[in-house]
Amino acid sequence: MSGRKIGEEILDVADISLSFGGVKALQNISFNVREHEIRAIIGPNGAGKSSMLNVVNGVYAPQQGRITFQGKVRGHMDPHDAAAAGIGRTFQSLALFKGMSVLDNMMTGRNLRMRTGVLSQAIHLGFARREELRHREFVEHIIDFLEIQAYRKTAVGRLPYGLQKRVDLGRALAMEPKLLLLDEPMAGMNLEEKEDMCRFVLDTNDEFGTTIVLIEHDMGVVMDISDRVVVLDYGKKIGDGTPDEVRSSQAVIDAYLGVAH
Amino acid sequence: MTLANLQRNWPVVALIVALLVGAAAPLALGMSAPGFYFEVLLGGLMSGVLYSLVALGFVLIFKASGVFNFAQGAMVLFAALSLARLSEHMPLAVAFICAVAIMAVLAWVIERLVLRHLVNQDAVVLLMATLGVTYFLDGFGQLAWGSDIYTINTGLPKTPVMVLERVFEGGILINTEDFVAAAVAALLVLALALFFQKTPTGRALRAVADDHQAAQSIGIPLSRIWVIVWTVAGFVALVAGMVWGSKLGVQFSLSLIAMKALPVVILGGFTSVPGAIIGGLIIGVGEKFAEVFLGPIMVKQFDLAGGGIENWFAYVLALVFLLVRPEGLFGEKHIDRV
Repeated sequence: MSGRKIGEEILDVADISLSFGGVKALQNISFNVREHEIRAIIGPNGAGKSSMLNVVNGVYAPQQGRITFQGKVRGHMDPHDAAAAGIGRTFQSLALFKGMSVLDNMMTGRNLRMRTGVLSQAIHLGFARREELRHREFVEHIIDFLEIQAYRKTAVGRLPYGLQKRVDLGRALAMEPKLLLLDEPMAGMNLEEKEDMCRFVLDTNDEFGTTIVLIEHDMGVVMDISDRVVVLDYGKKIGDGTPDEVRSSQAVIDAYLGVAH
Repeated sequence: MTLANLQRNWPVVALIVALLVGAAAPLALGMSAPGFYFEVLLGGLMSGVLYSLVALGFVLIFKASGVFNFAQGAMVLFAALSLARLSEHMPLAVAFICAVAIMAVLAWVIERLVLRHLVNQDAVVLLMATLGVTYFLDGFGQLAWGSDIYTINTGLPKTPVMVLERVFEGGILINTEDFVAAAVAALLVLALALFFQKTPTGRALRAVADDHQAAQSIGIPLSRIWVIVWTVAGFVALVAGMVWGSKLGVQFSLSLIAMKALPVVILGGFTSVPGAIIGGLIIGVGEKFAEVFLGPIMVKQFDLAGGGIENWFAYVLALVFLLVRPEGLFGEKHIDRV
């Protein structure tokens, strides 16, 4: 990939195990993510991909293992703490604020960066207003970037699916995350929408220098855009490496195509 | 509204027309003197304002957290009790500020002990939790502040004033206190509407209402938002409690007023601040008119023992609204993509 420089390790996941009752969703998973990298997590359905993202994002607390983000070992963390630390995410099944406009949805992404208090906002003090304008400017930049200018004021619930996915990405980008987790950003899209989304993901990585971890089912997409790939199957890691390495790994081929017993 | 729109919404239009006709009929048919008619109208509007205030508390919490807060009535009682008992020892203004602080602490405690543990649970679970809060508050309020009837003296003149004597024969009798109450309510509503629509915190509140989990993952602190919204609802409860309490005295029956606010939110829509206001006014005026004008006719026609329409009119109206427009007059219609 072009002028992008892959940097130091930004996220290290070490020996993570997560179970729900008797179901072992993740078993001793370790991998790392380097700065500015696009890292894909692939695997058959139920392999534990979303669970893995949920662990990084603080939705689930793993029973075992250690997560190091930007050189700091994390203790217990909920999604709000993760967001505050610079981890943004999008959702597999959309979780947008449907009744609110595109603009308002994306402005909520700026929430963490707003410094003025409730009271000064309530009485509409000058500095609270200026702050709002500054954030608005940033969000407009992202709206331009994602080419959704025309839908600014539209309630998100009325937009077609492909555009909603874009708003979801936009809301996460508004947080200016250092690490962006994308849970199947292209699921359910037609070819054209997929190509658009691919372009946005690559441009995000390029322009904002955001490190990206994404889950995707479309092998073509994964092999095209990611730098390195982790392969999960039944909660275990069965492959890790560049797209080419993963493609030629016997374990991965077996998991996807099945093995003769 | 376009013609096609009108055609689609004809049941709502018909209902509104029926209400307007019902409201105008007594005057048009010469059933009452204009002076008396307007007195009843004003009386209805005044009690409507009070219903609105309680309904507003419901709407605020529902909007911001998707919780139907059954405890709103108990909060009104608790706030009024605090204010009444505190004002025995200090000037009303100071007592009011202390009561605001008490409601803020209460909001914090409710978040800490109840809501925090129920994040992402079903709406029914949260409803049950607020039911628990209701009983606790009813009991705790009386334990802490006593269970007699207390008064709140706002210092406003309670004597009725005669206005418009030149226009109608006999003029109209109104209460200064009622007018002040209406003005306070109007101001409160305006401020809240602006707060929700125009401030970043208001936006965050709406975001939390829409989707807890998504709001959390973009870094909106759920716990702080909930404390803020319960505090605001507590403040509204305090204003409502003060107005009701100074009119009727502070007593246990205050908490039952919440039951009257229920039809109001059904009418106005659970998510609409203006809806709570207009719904309150419609119910307030509607039940007074029903009692004063419709009651005697029904008693005569059907040879009933007595009227008492005032007590059930609101619920019947709410029921009709549920049939023709379940989301209420101003509520958000859910758009689901299938």
